[in-house]
Amino acid sequence: MNDLARSQNQETFVLNLGPQHPATHGVLRVKLTMDGEYVVHAEPVLGYVHRMHEKMGENRTWAQFMPNTARLDYLGALSYNHGYVKVVEQAMGIEVPERAEYLRVITVELNRIASHLLWYGAFVLDLGGFTPLLYAFDDREHVLDLLESVTGSRLTFCYFRFGGLYNDVDDNFVGGARAFIKRLRRRLPDYHNLVTKNIILIKRLKDVGVLSAEMCRKYGATGPVLRGSGVDYDVRRNEPYSVYPELDFEVPVYGEGDSMARYMVRMDEIEQCMRIVEQALDKLPEGPVVAEKVPKILKPPPGDYYSAVEAARGTFGIRIVSDGTNTPYRMKLRSPTFSNLSLFGEASRGMLLPDALALMGSLDLVIPEIDR
Amino acid sequence: MSGYFKELFGGTKSLAVGLGITIKYMVKPVVTVQYPHETLVMTPRFRGHIELVGNEETGAPNCVVCGMCQKACPSNCISLAGEKPEGAKKKILTSYILDFTKCSLCGLCVESCKFEAIAFSRDYNLAGPRKDAYVFDLKKRLEEKSG
Amino acid sequence: MILSEPWRLLVFVAGIIAFIALNAAYLVWLERKVAGHIQRRIGPKEVGPFGLLQPLADGIKLMSKQLLVPKGVDPLLFKVAPLLVLVPAVMSFVTIPFSEKLVARNIDIGLLMIFAFASVNVMGLLLGGWGSNNKYAVISAARAVSQNVAYEIPMLITVVTMIMLTHTMNLNEIVIQQAGGVWNWHIFANPLMPIAFLIFFICSLAETNRAPFDLGEAESELIAGFHTEYSGMGFGVFFMGEYANIIIGCGLATILFLGGWQCPFGILPGWWWFLAKVYFLIFCVMWIRWTYPRTTLWGLLNLSWKILIPFSLLILLLTGAMIKVWPLITGAS
Repeated sequence: MNDLARSQNQETFVLNLGPQHPATHGVLRVKLTMDGEYVVHAEPVLGYVHRMHEKMGENRTWAQFMPNTARLDYLGALSYNHGYVKVVEQAMGIEVPERAEYLRVITVELNRIASHLLWYGAFVLDLGGFTPLLYAFDDREHVLDLLESVTGSRLTFCYFRFGGLYNDVDDNFVGGARAFIKRLRRRLPDYHNLVTKNIILIKRLKDVGVLSAEMCRKYGATGPVLRGSGVDYDVRRNEPYSVYPELDFEVPVYGEGDSMARYMVRMDEIEQCMRIVEQALDKLPEGPVVAEKVPKILKPPPGDYYSAVEAARGTFGIRIVSDGTNTPYRMKLRSPTFSNLSLFGEASRGMLLPDALALMGSLDLVIPEIDR
Repeated sequence: MSGYFKELFGGTKSLAVGLGITIKYMVKPVVTVQYPHETLVMTPRFRGHIELVGNEETGAPNCVVCGMCQKACPSNCISLAGEKPEGAKKKILTSYILDFTKCSLCGLCVESCKFEAIAFSRDYNLAGPRKDAYVFDLKKRLEEKSG
Repeated sequence: MILSEPWRLLVFVAGIIAFIALNAAYLVWLERKVAGHIQRRIGPKEVGPFGLLQPLADGIKLMSKQLLVPKGVDPLLFKVAPLLVLVPAVMSFVTIPFSEKLVARNIDIGLLMIFAFASVNVMGLLLGGWGSNNKYAVISAARAVSQNVAYEIPMLITVVTMIMLTHTMNLNEIVIQQAGGVWNWHIFANPLMPIAFLIFFICSLAETNRAPFDLGEAESELIAGFHTEYSGMGFGVFFMGEYANIIIGCGLATILFLGGWQCPFGILPGWWWFLAKVYFLIFCVMWIRWTYPRTTLWGLLNLSWKILIPFSLLILLLTGAMIKVWPLITGAS
């Protein structure tokens, strides 16, 4: 922080990082006040892909909002599908068949693997290594093929329905999912040998961008960012929903709070996701995938409902206010990366530009989700 | 000092291991699909734009112009019209226009249809220079296909 | 040679420029192919068989593009900078022996001359970055300069070791000393030489701004670094300069350590051996680029000051001791 004190008296310049910059992965703009290569002040500027999803929710019927949830975080769309159906089911009091719940967990976790794999590639790309991105994409394609065979789309899934699923899976999917997990288990050591153990990467991430648990709490950071700072919090375990209580999984927590900790949390989470998928496939019961008593036109009773799920990037909370009509009265979406990004300004102060970008990469930002 | 050498040797080893992995993958066959020369067949559940489904015998559209798909669509992509000819029991479809430029491929229209009158196409090679090329006249497409 | 001296030089310089241009074009192709296969894709394949005409298409594209001079740049520096990168590289080639006869100018201080020109190269990066009137370019130029200055030290110490060993700065002579098979190469002259070779190779990576030391370009941080504002052939010349410098770096490593144009089995020496070794080293450079993430400036300077410089000094000291002490022990003159 000596550099910061020194910079008070020195000339600084403003560096516009974005909205079109390779490291911002989208249209995020960060206004950096720089002293040489040191960041004196960082101010994220949002809103370049703001699409008024919350307002759109007020003008669409309950069912029609479903595709919008996939457009928030397009890399982990199924978690967002899940959050939305969950809160509406809670409002309506719909019981979901067990098979549907298991399939929801399986597809969400597969989606989480895909999301973490893409993050892994993009993060190493931020650090200047190009090849791991393509290896991660190779594996990610297999997840997407699997999900495409059941949901019909590769990215913006719209698979869950109130009270169940769009359609059932077949044996090919079950076999494919097992084969994919076997394949990924074989590939993960290569990932670790190529990247995790690489001395250059360790030097770049260790003790860089340390976020204290206090700071994470202050800004409401969740997900791997929070768990990388030593706070053992995961909605899947702390506020159990769906069939997660019946599955045995660990929540990886690293106390260091640096970029390496966040990296390791996500890499360990991939392994835990595989465990969850395997167990859920073993336990997958027979039965219907759609609840029987779902009214054709949904009109949840008037009231205020909130529900949260653990998305790939943190806690996705959704609050709906119903006035008893067929459209929501108000819809509030709490997106995890918005909170995660907001700590960037404070955390990046006094950092070198490459380290600040490594920190930004480790937050795993998806811009359409921040802007909504 | 021992930490210095430990880090030096450990680091050098990690770099060598990294090189080993990339060379291992270099000699393996490529995994990409050479797209314009090779194309993939989409899975049966692939959600393309919608198509009208015709009666297997007559080729006439199954659609009874109930308008459920129009109502279900979140983006108002679908506009259809029908008329009831003299003496006929059911309405007959006269036009079915899909504005694919607004479609988000959510599939709510197909789900809302009780008469199996619309289905997803498996066409994914959609690119064109003009916007109005993607306002599909689905009735015409069906006639061309069956005719 | 039949040609008289000035004509001979002219023919050689023209040949060198053609060699550089051709190599720059096809090394880009090779780089894309290597990157492609490492990442399990094919790389260029559409233009010509195996994409072999791709460099031609790229070249035509670059040449037909407008050389844009943005508002606010220093026009003179902006236009001169790419040349300042390329011309020293061309000049360095003058002393590089492709084979015993195939050398433009066999001068006694060839090694010194190459390093003199290599230092000018930094000037081009600095002026290009400074003249662009772009903040990213200025940061990149500052990085490139500090990086080059830091890495010239261990590189030159290693070269001094080599001069002590060979007693000459004439590159042709150095190669001739290594005749007769792989065991005569300087890399095996004593147990310390492999380490010296490694240091030299790492330094030449850093000198040419190649990954993992591509701090000057640093795509994910500084867009494209010092050539952010360049378009068309301005960018093309920067690129040619970069690849020419890689060839020089690898060529020098080949000459100093790997026996230049000498055959590893002691038969049929010639320029083909030189090129084969150079291209093998270039392949290693690409292989390294597509494996590692980028270092930071601190990491880079730490590596230079804490590892490379102490080790190169140690090698210098031990080699000097060996040269002086060994004859005393064995009793040779």
